[in-house]
Amino acid sequence: MEIFELTVHELHEKLKKKELSSVEATEAMLGRIEATDGKVNAFITVCNEEALESAREADKRIAEGRMDILTGIPIALKDIFLTKGIRTTCASRMLGNFIPPYDATAWIKLKERGAVLLGKLNQDEFAMGSSCESSAFGTTRNPWNQECIPGGSSGGSAAAIAAQQAAATLGTDTGGSIRQPASHCGCVGLKPTYGRVSRYGVIAYASSLDQVGPMTRDVRDAAIMLGAVAGHDPLDSTSVERPVPDYLGSLLPDVKGLKIGLPKEYYIEGLDPDVKKAMELAIETYRGMGAEFIDISLPYTDYAVACYYLIATAEASSNLARYDGVRFGHRSGKAGSLIEMMSRSRDEGFGAEVKRRIMLGTYALSSGYYDAYYLKAQKVRTLIMQEFLKAFEKVDVILTPVAPTPAFKIGEKTSDPLQMYLSDIFTIPVNLAGTCGLSVPAGMSSDGLPIGLQLIGRPFGEEAIIRAGYAFEQATEWHKKKATI
Amino acid sequence: MRITRKEVEHVATLARLKLDHEEIETFTGQMAAILSYVDKLSELDTEGIIPTSHAVPMENAFRPDDTYPSLGTENALANAPDKTDDFFKVPKVIE
Repeated sequence: MEIFELTVHELHEKLKKKELSSVEATEAMLGRIEATDGKVNAFITVCNEEALESAREADKRIAEGRMDILTGIPIALKDIFLTKGIRTTCASRMLGNFIPPYDATAWIKLKERGAVLLGKLNQDEFAMGSSCESSAFGTTRNPWNQECIPGGSSGGSAAAIAAQQAAATLGTDTGGSIRQPASHCGCVGLKPTYGRVSRYGVIAYASSLDQVGPMTRDVRDAAIMLGAVAGHDPLDSTSVERPVPDYLGSLLPDVKGLKIGLPKEYYIEGLDPDVKKAMELAIETYRGMGAEFIDISLPYTDYAVACYYLIATAEASSNLARYDGVRFGHRSGKAGSLIEMMSRSRDEGFGAEVKRRIMLGTYALSSGYYDAYYLKAQKVRTLIMQEFLKAFEKVDVILTPVAPTPAFKIGEKTSDPLQMYLSDIFTIPVNLAGTCGLSVPAGMSSDGLPIGLQLIGRPFGEEAIIRAGYAFEQATEWHKKKATI
Repeated sequence: MRITRKEVEHVATLARLKLDHEEIETFTGQMAAILSYVDKLSELDTEGIIPTSHAVPMENAFRPDDTYPSLGTENALANAPDKTDDFFKVPKVIE
């Protein structure tokens, strides 16, 4: 086994036993990135010098007996996380040369434990997209088939795991941006409950929906990473004061008696036959392990995409108002009044998808339309949320597909934004409800593209989905499959 | 749901986006389609439903009214496109 194929926990064992040094592990990953990223384009910035420096620090720490499970482990971060002194672009021309003066809390937590930062990962610009095609730094390619998208918006984070370029990554999820790329790239992706992880230093897209989460090779690694970044942060007033459980304690391959809900609205006629087959097999696997299935209905599912594209775009229009060319970011070189400077800077700095969403959001919030659009969507959000909470009175977790199809071809959906938006149908409701979701590899399409299953848990019920995900993983071999680059 | 060119231009002004002619054309078409789709929310009766602005039940996220060191002038100006002394420089504000 190559060093770059190892999971976080496997690397940790080797580092602990001094079979491997962090410098060796980091050099192996940097070498792997060098060898493969020309084809994958997962990275926007690779931090060779800083990574090796941190690795040396980590080795010193290990030698002094002060090691932690993440010490010396080479990871990478979606370029949405502010990293002090290291360029952070959010995959946008608007922030093409932005050097943050402070770190994201989630990154600080990993840094304090001695994790090594390999670099910053590609994504859809400002986290707006489901395919990684709207990046100012080119599309990331799916390591399983380079003509296909890796998913989005955390496309680089997922591709880096699939291409074995990092032991673990962090992504963000607003409408499915961790879970969907994880599914398309055959890795694990976890979106925690809203408020579980601090959003401080995470470039904001939709503040009531954004969440930080791990993307990893297996469920154990996801539990390790979640445990490391979760927790209240005084710098994020939306982070909750709940204690962080020991997620590793949920790694029990036992789902006997677990009540799994199957919402009929997610098992629709139009489901891709390979996705359908994977889900049927997954259900059989769970049944074989003693889980109980309960049919449920979530009728408001049908309204989730519409609801999301009003709330998220409205919040985005507000969040992205800060990019005006005044204090940081791109400023247009063309002369003009203050307002012209701002308008040109924004037009030049933002890509089409970002502009489209800002326009939609601005419209939905504008005078005369606010009630019919934004306020209405917020009420529908309540209905969607209540529907989930009611379902969790009867079931422990909910099992659904992650995406209606496996990864589509690059360019296939770019001419019709609405088609692209509709492909988020299974992941969006979880963000609206504010609850947690886990994507775990569950199959392969007949074309050799990964298919994930989604486990949805009740708010702050990450333990249940981690356990259900772990049990499935241990009973199957999907997570062991590797893409060949 | 028809959205007119004029409305799109108005929204672009509100959003401080200087779109060119082609972008306005494209966006008018795309926004019309998307707005048509989101109109399906009007099928639902939401009388008496409280809008959700916050995903998890939370109240009064307070902290002590103490001061802490902030970013500092040097850091704050570090990414400025144009600056002079301790100020961000912009085109004339008052005509």
